Amino acid sequence: MTENGKPKLAMYWASSCGGCEISVLNIHENILTVDEVFDIAFFPCIADFKVKDVEAYPDGYIDLCLFNGAIRNSENEEMAHLLRQKSKVMVAFGSCAYEGCIPALSNLTTKDATLEKVFLENPSIDNPDRILPQQVTTVAEGDLHLPEFYHTVKSLDQVVNVDYFIPGCPPEPHQIWAVLQVVVGALTAGQPLPPAGSIVGAGTTALCDECSREKREMTIKRFYRPYEIQPDPEQCLLEQGVICMGIATRSGCGALCPSVGIGCRGCYGPPDGIEDQGAKMLSAIASVLDVGDESMDEGDLEELIQEAVATIADPAGTFYRFSMAHSILKRVKNGKGAV
Amino acid sequence: MTDQFEPVIVGFLCNWCSYRAADLAGTARIKYAPNLRPIRVMCSGRVDPQFVLQALRNGADGVLIAGCHPGECHYVNGNIKALRRFSLLRRTLEQWGIENERVQLLWASASEGTILAAAVDRMTEEIRSLGPLRWSEKVLGKNGAAYVAVEEA
Repeated sequence: MTENGKPKLAMYWASSCGGCEISVLNIHENILTVDEVFDIAFFPCIADFKVKDVEAYPDGYIDLCLFNGAIRNSENEEMAHLLRQKSKVMVAFGSCAYEGCIPALSNLTTKDATLEKVFLENPSIDNPDRILPQQVTTVAEGDLHLPEFYHTVKSLDQVVNVDYFIPGCPPEPHQIWAVLQVVVGALTAGQPLPPAGSIVGAGTTALCDECSREKREMTIKRFYRPYEIQPDPEQCLLEQGVICMGIATRSGCGALCPSVGIGCRGCYGPPDGIEDQGAKMLSAIASVLDVGDESMDEGDLEELIQEAVATIADPAGTFYRFSMAHSILKRVKNGKGAV
Repeated sequence: MTDQFEPVIVGFLCNWCSYRAADLAGTARIKYAPNLRPIRVMCSGRVDPQFVLQALRNGADGVLIAGCHPGECHYVNGNIKALRRFSLLRRTLEQWGIENERVQLLWASASEGTILAAAVDRMTEEIRSLGPLRWSEKVLGKNGAAYVAVEEA
C-alpha cells in the first residue's frame, strides 16, 4: 500500500444483493472524482483486497466505510466489528444495513424453516440426501468451518456503532453523490459534517411530498394487488386502492415507483419521528378504509371491516418489507408467520 | 399466595366511556382480576398500533383496547377507526405468532362497569392459560438472537 495522503475509502457487502455497489457506480463520471479524492482501501466488489489486508491496517485507518448488507451470519458480524475498528466514519449504506431490508423478511420465519426452504423444498433444487450446511464438517484433511447462520437478521447499528445512515434499496445515485460531496468537502475544505447518527442522502418528510400524483379524498373500499387493477395515471395510487407505502416512507428518491404506476414499496424507511414504519402504515391505511359507519349494527360492522381488511395479502410482509429489523417486535414468535 | 402466573394486561381505556366504566366498577366495588394496568386515552381511535407493539415488546402479556360502542363515540367515529386498525393489526399479529386472545378490543359504555370487569376477568384467564409472553427475553433472547423462539416452534 503506497501512502499518497489521500483519504481512504472502503465499501463492504454483508448480507446484500450487490445493488448498492451498482448504485455507487451509477454516479457515472463522478466516480472519477471519487477515485481522484479517495484511495480505495477495501472494496471486494471492484478491487482485490483480502480480509488480512484490513486486519493489518492500524485502527481508524479507513476514513470512510460504506457498509451495505444486513447482519445475517457470524461472518457479517465479524466484518462489521473489524471495519468499525478500522474506520473513522462508519456509514450504514442502503436499506439492509440501515434497517434489515429484504434479508430481514426471514425474521417472519425461523432459521430452520429458511434452511429447509432453500436447501430442501425449493423446486429447482436436487438434494436427495437432504444435506444442509453445517458449521463444522470433518473431511480427511481436517475440519471445515462455515459461519454461524443467525436466527434473527439484524441491522448494522444493532451490532456496531454507526455514524450515518443512507437509506434506500438501493440509495439513489444523485443522493449518494450529494453525500459524497459533503464528505469530500469536509475532507478537502474543512466543511462541517452532519451530526453523528443522522440519516443522510434523503429527505425528512413523507414521500407524498415529492410525488406528483393528484391527491383528492381517501375513500378506499378495498385494496387491489398490482395485477388486479390498471391504475389511473394521474390520481394518487392509494386512493385507488393500490397499497402505496408513500405515506409512511421517507422522501428522497423522487417518488420513482409511484411515477411509473407502482405503489411505493417503502425502501427509504420511516420519515423523521416514526419508530415503526409498518405499524404507522397499518394505522394510516386502516383509518382511510371507508367501509361501515357508526349507524350500523356492531356485528355487521365488524364483518364488513374484516372483509375489506382481508383484501390485503400478507400485511406483515407488505408493511415491514424493508424495516423488519428496525421494527418494535423485530421478529415473529414461532415462525408460523410467513405462510 | 400461590405462585400461579399473573398476566400483565395493559389497558387503553377511552376517557368518555371505558375509563368511566372502570371507575364505576371501582365505586360499585365490583371484584375483578387486578391484572389490568389502565391507561386513559382520549379516544380508542387515539391508540396507535405502535402503542400496542411497545406494550408487548416491553413486558405486557396482553393488551386491551376499550372504547365506546359504535355510534356512541364522543368524536363521532373514532372508535370505528379503532376497529379498522384493530382488525388489520390482529391479522398482522397473527403473522407474528401472537395469539388473538392477547390483544382484544372491547366496547364498554360509562354505565357498563360489570361488562368491563367481566372482560378483564375473562381475558386474564385466557392469557393465563396461554402463559407469559415475555417478548424481550423469550423471543428476542440474547442479543436478539431468538434462541427460545426456535425451541418453541
